Amino acid sequence: MTKKEPFFWITISCGFVIMAFILLPLVEMMTAPSFAMLKETIKDKDVVRSIWLSIYTAGLAALISFVFGTPLAYLLARTNFRGKRLVESIIDLPIVIPHPVVGIAILSVAGRNHWVGQVASELGIRIMGSVTGIVVVLTFVGMPFYINAVKEGFETISPRLEKVSRSLGASMFSTFLRITFPLAWRSMLTGIIMCSARAISEFGAVVIVAYHPMIAPVMIYERFEAYGLKYSQPVAVWLVFICLLLFLILRVLTSPQKKET
Amino acid sequence: MIKTENLNVSLPGFHLHNINLAIEEGGFFVLMGPTGAGKTVLLEAVAGLIPVKNGRIIIEGKDVAGLPSEKRGISIVYQDYALFPHLTVIDNIKYGLHFQKIDKKEADQRLNSLIHQLDLATLEKRFPANLSGGELQRVALARALMVNPRILLLDEPLSALDPRFREEIRSGLKKLHQSSKVTFFMVTHDFADALSLAEKAAVMNHGRIEQIGSVEDIFQRPCSKFVADFVGMKNLFSARFSGSKATIDNLEIELGRNPVNSHGYIAIRPEDIVLSKESFTSSMRNAFKGTVSVVFDRGFYYEVHVRVGEAIFKSLITKRSLFELKIQEGIEIYVSFKSTAIHNF
Repeated sequence: MTKKEPFFWITISCGFVIMAFILLPLVEMMTAPSFAMLKETIKDKDVVRSIWLSIYTAGLAALISFVFGTPLAYLLARTNFRGKRLVESIIDLPIVIPHPVVGIAILSVAGRNHWVGQVASELGIRIMGSVTGIVVVLTFVGMPFYINAVKEGFETISPRLEKVSRSLGASMFSTFLRITFPLAWRSMLTGIIMCSARAISEFGAVVIVAYHPMIAPVMIYERFEAYGLKYSQPVAVWLVFICLLLFLILRVLTSPQKKET
Repeated sequence: MIKTENLNVSLPGFHLHNINLAIEEGGFFVLMGPTGAGKTVLLEAVAGLIPVKNGRIIIEGKDVAGLPSEKRGISIVYQDYALFPHLTVIDNIKYGLHFQKIDKKEADQRLNSLIHQLDLATLEKRFPANLSGGELQRVALARALMVNPRILLLDEPLSALDPRFREEIRSGLKKLHQSSKVTFFMVTHDFADALSLAEKAAVMNHGRIEQIGSVEDIFQRPCSKFVADFVGMKNLFSARFSGSKATIDNLEIELGRNPVNSHGYIAIRPEDIVLSKESFTSSMRNAFKGTVSVVFDRGFYYEVHVRVGEAIFKSLITKRSLFELKIQEGIEIYVSFKSTAIHNF
């Protein structure tokens, strides 16, 4: 066997350092609460309510991204136009903006001083301190992840498949339904998971727009502030556990069936 | 009759200029040209898959240039076949039926005959990922013909396949053309495809049609330097004409006819150039003494380059002649060719 160069050992040790850096705090947190404490926490109605709120607002954000983001992702994957780069950078903006700034930005159009806020309040839509507000914020931060994942998915599908479909008599819509969608839905699922994962983890923007009703990250923060580390950990464990479980189920349900050959 | 009239296509960085084609109903037409000539672009424009800047595409007397692809009745088989990877072979073939009003009996009949003819019966339930190149192509052909198109466009159907099977696939295509009665419009960069398949052909370069006509004509009477080179006229010289003589560098060549132009080109096929130890005087009006500069082994034959003054004549000879004439680099030899073997333009 040839002797490994020092560089090889550097790469290996860096890998170990990073693994430890990520896993150590997470494992420590997940194993800190006792079983009894976890059991007691999940019986707490407020905890269940906030975790449920977190999950379904994130789910709604993903759904909205799916409905509005899919056509845009398709457009970006299939066409070249002047200003495409600009559109793509705008889509990426929510990723790079600090989270509290997102919250402040949304409040500044949702308030009474802005016509958007005025129209919304006339229609009876309240952004500040409401579920609607939470969904708006989560969609804002999650949408880029959906669009980017789906755009990449569309880009891997050869435009020739769509062209052949058209030449065989299918309209643009039938082609999308019969060819593009069946080939791209896996990337849409990835996009939905990325988007909702990002949405569930959002804290900074939500806490500005809607402290109440309380989503799980806000509750974890509140319990940490008021009662300390020990009291906030069980809620965090439950949130992480339930989210991982949901994403796992989603993946398993949609994993590719072994196709007959 | 399928015609394009002054068809112009403008893509970023590429243009088709004034394409005029006429293809007979039920014919087999071949469009030739080097890679990057715009052949696939022209196919896609005819099929309505890329927008046309101006000009007309006339099928059965109707201008279809404004119609979307699905209304034109033109099928396309791409070089990479573009089978739908999520559908089985049989679903791929039947895909077009979802959108066509075809009598079920008639559809079944066509399906069966295509499956039989293209030998697909054992593949029906398979997915494209598990098929070989030849199988993919047969499925793509069946899918395209299943909708009974007015034209079948074939984008380099032979180039992605093992060259050993070329002859077989050519004859398969020919049979398919005869039995389906569909107009075939095939793109290729190989002149041999045109010779064995088509009646009419066109040669394309840089987004323009260089020559269109019968395959025979293009092969025998190329009208430009490019076409001559493309069809294998390896001896191509720019020449000055006066009377029935052409002058290339310092060589005077007898054409046996009077060209109309004073400057132009002459072209001679390498197989028409005869090498000999002694000078011929009989029917070979043109004979020159030269020096062998290079000998290439081309497998079944040898390509010999002979330098005469500044000009280099390329000749194809068999291995046997090579040995009989004891040809090697540096020896002196005579090149001769009939005036009827010379093409001028």
